[in-house]
Amino acid sequence: MSSTFETVAGIIAETCDIPREQITPASHAINDLGIDSLDFLDVAFAIDKAFGIKMPLEQWTQDVNEGKVSTDEYFVLGNLCANIDGLVAAKAA
Amino acid sequence: MRLEYFQMVDRIVALDPEARTVRADCLVPDASPVFEGHFPGHPLLPGVLMIETMAQTGGWLVLAVLRFQRMPFLAQVKEAKLRAFVVPGQALQAEARLVHDGSGYAVVAGSISSGGKKVADAEITYRVVPFPNDTLRAQMLVTARRVAVPEAFLHG
Repeated sequence: MSSTFETVAGIIAETCDIPREQITPASHAINDLGIDSLDFLDVAFAIDKAFGIKMPLEQWTQDVNEGKVSTDEYFVLGNLCANIDGLVAAKAA
Repeated sequence: MRLEYFQMVDRIVALDPEARTVRADCLVPDASPVFEGHFPGHPLLPGVLMIETMAQTGGWLVLAVLRFQRMPFLAQVKEAKLRAFVVPGQALQAEARLVHDGSGYAVVAGSISSGGKKVADAEITYRVVPFPNDTLRAQMLVTARRVAVPEAFLHG
């Protein structure tokens, strides 16, 4: 997870012009870092490329809209990185 | 091209959803009200319409890859380069390659050439969402047939 977080934090810092030191595993991408939906597309594209995955953003959005999970599940960076690790592991399996 | 109607693509001449590429012919009209303002005495195809041409060409590719089950809407244009003037009557070849088919978004590399020389290129991102209504989907299918998108790619 730690290396995943370093990669994701680097992507966010570069893509969204946010100082790297402000980005922690507890940061919420929207509520804390102020990343809007268009910038998040850039972040998603960079993450998909970096990890060779396709983050299921539509499914995640649906889960949030249906009240199955809170946005914390996907937008708190520690959780996001755990989800990325899961996708990478599933792809490798 | 019918600039006033935002019909930028005349004909799809090659479309390969497996290879994720598309090529289209686009003939700039000899006359258009657009040229009266852009510019008086020196008519040029506006750069924003060159970007729109690349966006529409890539859009047909995304639609074909998704078999017209979802609609790409232009969300972002990066690194747009308008390398040469384009004038009335000029024949253009637009191309696009799907760089990434994301969840709810897609990214293409688009370009326009004329006479073998590249005149524009850009990286274009779309939000890809369910069609907002049946009217739009039906009209997109009509337009797809007009520009010769192969019938096999119009349905899931």
